Amino acid sequence: MKDWRYWLSAQQGTLTALVIFVLMFVIYTMNHPAGFSANVVQTAANKGVLLAFVAMAQTMVVITGGIDLSVGMILLLTNCLASWLVIGTPFETALGVIAVLAVGALCGAINGAIVIYGRLQPIVTTIATGAVYFGIALLLRPFPGGSVNEDLADAMTGRVFDMIPSSLIGLAVVVLVIWVPYSRSVYGRAAYAAGSSETAAYMSGMPIRRGKFLSYTLAGLIAAVGGLFLTFFTYTGDAALASGNAYTLFSIAAVVLGGVSLFGGKGSAIGAVFGALAFRTIGDLLFVFDFDPIWQPLFQGLILLVAVSIGAFALIRVRNRLEWFL
Amino acid sequence: MSDTATVRMTDRMPAFIRRLDRAVLIAFACIILLLVLGSLYSSSFLSPEYLLQQLKVASFLGVIATGMMLVILLGQIDLSVPWVVSTGAMMACAAAAYGDIGVALAIPFGILCGVAIGILNGLGVAYLRIPSMIMTLATNAVAQGAMVVYTGGFSPQDSATLTMRYLATGALIPGLPNVVIIWALVGAGMVFVLTRTSFGRCVYGIGNRERAAYLSGINTRRIVMIAFAVSGGLSALGGILLAGYASKAAQSMGDAYLLPAIAAVVLGGTSIVGGRGSYLGTIAGVILITLLQSILSVMQMPEAGRQIIYGLVIISMLLLYGRNPASR
Repeated sequence: MKDWRYWLSAQQGTLTALVIFVLMFVIYTMNHPAGFSANVVQTAANKGVLLAFVAMAQTMVVITGGIDLSVGMILLLTNCLASWLVIGTPFETALGVIAVLAVGALCGAINGAIVIYGRLQPIVTTIATGAVYFGIALLLRPFPGGSVNEDLADAMTGRVFDMIPSSLIGLAVVVLVIWVPYSRSVYGRAAYAAGSSETAAYMSGMPIRRGKFLSYTLAGLIAAVGGLFLTFFTYTGDAALASGNAYTLFSIAAVVLGGVSLFGGKGSAIGAVFGALAFRTIGDLLFVFDFDPIWQPLFQGLILLVAVSIGAFALIRVRNRLEWFL
Repeated sequence: MSDTATVRMTDRMPAFIRRLDRAVLIAFACIILLLVLGSLYSSSFLSPEYLLQQLKVASFLGVIATGMMLVILLGQIDLSVPWVVSTGAMMACAAAAYGDIGVALAIPFGILCGVAIGILNGLGVAYLRIPSMIMTLATNAVAQGAMVVYTGGFSPQDSATLTMRYLATGALIPGLPNVVIIWALVGAGMVFVLTRTSFGRCVYGIGNRERAAYLSGINTRRIVMIAFAVSGGLSALGGILLAGYASKAAQSMGDAYLLPAIAAVVLGGTSIVGGRGSYLGTIAGVILITLLQSILSVMQMPEAGRQIIYGLVIISMLLLYGRNPASR
């Protein structure tokens, strides 16, 4: 086999997600009354990037074979924090942004420390830390409110050169600055290896603990970027339990659509980004087809159900029944 | 190493304590600690009325946590609890609107809806090999969507039947609420199934290693599907009781039960990766969670503080006894 074949099979999940997204987006814009215009793209991008950030954060943890059920709550917490801090002169705003990102990374690091050094299961740990993060968010914003540096917010939600949505550029920057170096580093490799087989990775002397810890920390950081963007879009901080839970759930859906294996060790954050964008577009499809919005949750649920069932086709290729059981 | 140490330590204790898990002991110790702390705050904490009231509140969670425990013992998880609870409640109330037959069949119909969602979960997890976390999330979303369509996005208008209200609020034996009896029956059934039937043995076997269970000739896929169906049915039963308690169903009535149910099962010493755990632990976990919630609300702790303490307590208790063995 040639090199590109290996590359293709490694990127299969990501490419599938890309194809699904492009297909959905074409259907979406073709049926949108305004057609394919910069405005439509901007609105779609602004709706999609939030979930894309959360899905990227989720991917970081899922790759190590864990799961982060607190990711939506970190988003809320950083959103509420940003509504206090990201305001004032450019210097104060910059300090606020740094503080918000640091808090997000700290939340992720706490998850990582408890899971790795406390040796607790990721599911339970992140459920519990999620409750704590939500509690802190609620302390910060018992009622929706606050404000944000509007110049910065408008710049981040607007368009560059009147063409490209700046939120998409933000997303690309995060991918290039965080994901690409990370996934090529020793620690990123170790995180993949730990998700694939922790024992084998340990025996090979990979730095799995530091790799996993870095993954959890970066997950918190990326979720904080999402929280910043949420603040830029809404101009307020709002600790709404339902929206935090929804982001967590949708992030798992997006990760699966993006071809990341929930068993760990397989997939990429770029796939998860396309998974998130595809998931959002599917949700919006109903609007362009003039359905009653009441059908949207059911439609989203059914799409999710079908999407996860598609993975079952791999079972047909299984020759040895023991491979049913991972 | 820690296992042998605990064995040696517990060797001197009476037989019935020796058989207990360390986790269950710590959980019960924490319950007593909470009661002592509560009684320092207010003397009414140790009154029989208050304790009975807590037991009653705990029963709703107990019924739901029973199903969750069965699924967790398999090494799976059921995240569809919130909307199965709501679906069970809403469908039972909806059936009540169809005359006398509807009223009579309201409870079975509600449970049947829960079982149906559970079977769907089971089909996906057992036969299509979809990870339970994502499969149950998807069915939860579908159930939510179906209920939103059914109610039109508003709070449902149907109200609970008299039987449902009686089961949730009445007391067949004076002084002992019916829900407590129902939880006791459900719990006794689960203890019997887990310890005295081959189904129960199979559940523990699959939780330890599904591959080995399959090679031993167990129809693992059927067992997993039945477990999910039971979990769905029990969640729906919990929802029906809750609807009877509040005399009507509500849109998001199940949301408050997912995390407590998982927390109760795990705090009771059941391993989240499956294969290990006892029902006594789940009882302890349910009571512990209920008491904690009650004490925090009696102390008029705002919601934010409650969430923080709740999370911290779960983490610190698990750090005490829920840790995985050290690597290799």
